[in-house]
Amino acid sequence: MAEEAVEKILAQEYQLGFTTDVHEDRVEPGLSVAVLEFISAKKNEPQWMLDLRIKALQKWEKMQEPHWSQLEYEPIDYQSISYFAAPKKAPNSLDEVDENILEAYEKLGIPLDEQKMLQGIAVDAVFDSVSVKTTYTEALKEKGIIFCSISEAIVEYPELVQEYMYSVVPMSDNYFAALNAAVFTDGTFVYIPKGVRCPMELSTYFRINAQNTGQFERTLIIADEGSYVSYNEGCSAPQRDENQLHAAVVELIAKKDAEIKYSTIQNWYPGDENGKGGIYNFVTKRGICEGENAKISWTQVETGSSITWKYPSCILKGDNSVGEFYSVAITSKGQQADTGTKMIHLGKNTRSTIVSKGISAMQGQNSYRGLVKVAPKASGARNFSQCDSLLIGSTCGAHTFPYLESQNATAQIEHEATTSKISDEQLMYLRQRCIGEEDGVSMIVHGFCKEVFAQLPMEFAVEAKELLNLTLEGSVG
Amino acid sequence: MMQIKNLHAKIGEKEILKGVNLALEKGKVHVLMGTNGSGKSTLTKAIVGHYDVSVTAGTIEYKGKNLVDMPAEERALEGVFLSFQNPIEIPGVNNAYFLRAALNAKEKYRGEKETNAAEFLKLMRAHAQKLGMNPDMISRGLNDGFSGGEKKRNEILQMEILQPDMILLDEIDSGLDIDALKAVSQGINRMKDGERTFLVITHYKRILDYIHPDYVHIFQDGQVIKNGGPELVDVLESEGYQAIVKD
Ligand SMILES: Nc1ncnc2c1ncn2[C@@H]1O[C@H](COP(=O)(O)OP(=O)(O)OP(=O)(O)O)[C@@H](O)[C@H]1O
Ligand SMILES: [Mg+2]
Repeated sequence: MAEEAVEKILAQEYQLGFTTDVHEDRVEPGLSVAVLEFISAKKNEPQWMLDLRIKALQKWEKMQEPHWSQLEYEPIDYQSISYFAAPKKAPNSLDEVDENILEAYEKLGIPLDEQKMLQGIAVDAVFDSVSVKTTYTEALKEKGIIFCSISEAIVEYPELVQEYMYSVVPMSDNYFAALNAAVFTDGTFVYIPKGVRCPMELSTYFRINAQNTGQFERTLIIADEGSYVSYNEGCSAPQRDENQLHAAVVELIAKKDAEIKYSTIQNWYPGDENGKGGIYNFVTKRGICEGENAKISWTQVETGSSITWKYPSCILKGDNSVGEFYSVAITSKGQQADTGTKMIHLGKNTRSTIVSKGISAMQGQNSYRGLVKVAPKASGARNFSQCDSLLIGSTCGAHTFPYLESQNATAQIEHEATTSKISDEQLMYLRQRCIGEEDGVSMIVHGFCKEVFAQLPMEFAVEAKELLNLTLEGSVG
Repeated sequence: MMQIKNLHAKIGEKEILKGVNLALEKGKVHVLMGTNGSGKSTLTKAIVGHYDVSVTAGTIEYKGKNLVDMPAEERALEGVFLSFQNPIEIPGVNNAYFLRAALNAKEKYRGEKETNAAEFLKLMRAHAQKLGMNPDMISRGLNDGFSGGEKKRNEILQMEILQPDMILLDEIDSGLDIDALKAVSQGINRMKDGERTFLVITHYKRILDYIHPDYVHIFQDGQVIKNGGPELVDVLESEGYQAIVKD
């Protein structure tokens, strides 16, 4: 039967599960003010940052872990996690980056070596709790663009950080955001000055390596008036038997006439076929279109993690501003994803588009959860949402939870949803036309996702397609 | 071209094919007729290796090989083509992209140069035009929302592009309007080259007036019960299946 063949195809191994042998500095498991002091000291942070961390911890301690999602998982013991792990040498230049780390990034297809650097893409490489290397920093600086690790920004550009950090995702926004606010270790900082169109793709590659640690990165992107930036995020982790926590926060600020395009290819280790191991991915991503005609576009391809809890959102404050969310989420084996978006229409004639494609196979569970909210003053607001689910086999599940709150009668909101299944008859038809089972499944899945892939920058679209093939096919590698 | 010998097959627990014997001669047009539910489509599914059908006994010899144990895609690559009675819809998979992938797979299998996208589109457009297809069907999802007649034309289009050797047409004429029947028949006739073999399953004489069969076989309750020439169709048309006496 087709189903068995598909399972065989899906049961192949995670390709990026290697570990890197480096000497790491790490803090003993547990969460306390002392740990925050340790992290802050490691990063040479100013006192104000430490104070903010301590404040966040106090807030977090009063909060409860949320359980409203469809996700089922073992309780997380926050005291058993180590909140900081970093390669021993803090590198100042590439020469000082541990060879093994360079090799690890090479294996991931991201050479950091000046000679081999990716053309047209500037990379910030974050390894466990620290940024090990940021490329093209100097070239970008000439245009006034700041592209560096958040740790560096806290020291070098404190005014910008103080003004914007926590402005979109407040410290106590939710349980995981509060945790991140207290213990965040590294991440990327981007500032695009007025009227500047960033000449290259910016990207961060997150790699979790150390055992028993969490990764808590924080990314802050500010696009000043009339500027443009396309930013991409990639991630992976070694294959381990225990679950690892990843709780990131991303804040985007788009001023008047500015545009931020944020793309994610998430390929954390998904766990094995019995649901053992894998990353718990609890992420808060939010952007604000602060000025008129601003635009924020989120595109995500979620293939990894054992658990994904993620709702990249847009606050459409400026009149005529635009929010977009394009998502492909694939869950197979024991993976669970509860993902979607929030579009908050505050300004007049604001527009939002949501295209969500969920693919479930084997025991995978995929939920779309989306909120479209139109405030009383947002006259002429428009939203279009399309949520499609594709099921492979009969043991997986797809769920759709659209929430609508409109407080303005002139708003137009449209929602479409479909659920389809790859059937034996379809695979048979393709096989009768010389297209084998694996290629057939991949062809149908790609067809299903193409609207979303079309949104990705070219290099990343290629990567996303390959990744889907890897997730779906056994033959590559 | 193809020798089917004592073929028994089940769908689920139910035996549908009960010892089919059928010899398909190279370069000839064979017609298979029989009552509804007698197992004609099941026979085509057994030939192409459909998941639903399990062969319990017998052989299907083709180009010196027994197809029974061959994976379905390999049978297709070896030149077996089935135009389905009810072609399935695959939304999201572009019709042209699909057919080019199919053609390239076949070319690769044969060690030929793969037709590139531009050449392919030209080829597909030309064939679509001959079949009187609406050009937008090239770029639509595979059979997605196609009418019954459009699906049948699309099957013929695929046949003409893939150039198979053993062609099974399961009720290609059902649901076609007069013009479509003509266009489809012409497509079939274009493929006749004295080498290719056809097995045409139909309930009606109409299409046979266009494609001029060489042999007619009558199917009943999972077996071929009579073999003859085109004259058998006239007997059927005037007197019905009860007039057919088992060989
Ligand atoms: N998937 C299936 N499950 C159960 N029974 C099936 C299945 N497919 C076919 N059958 C049964 O097998 C028998 C033969 O069906 P088949 O489609 O081969 O007939 P046919 O000769 O092509 O009929 P028609 O002329 O109506 O197309 C029928 O009784 C049908 O109900
Ligand atoms: Mg039939």
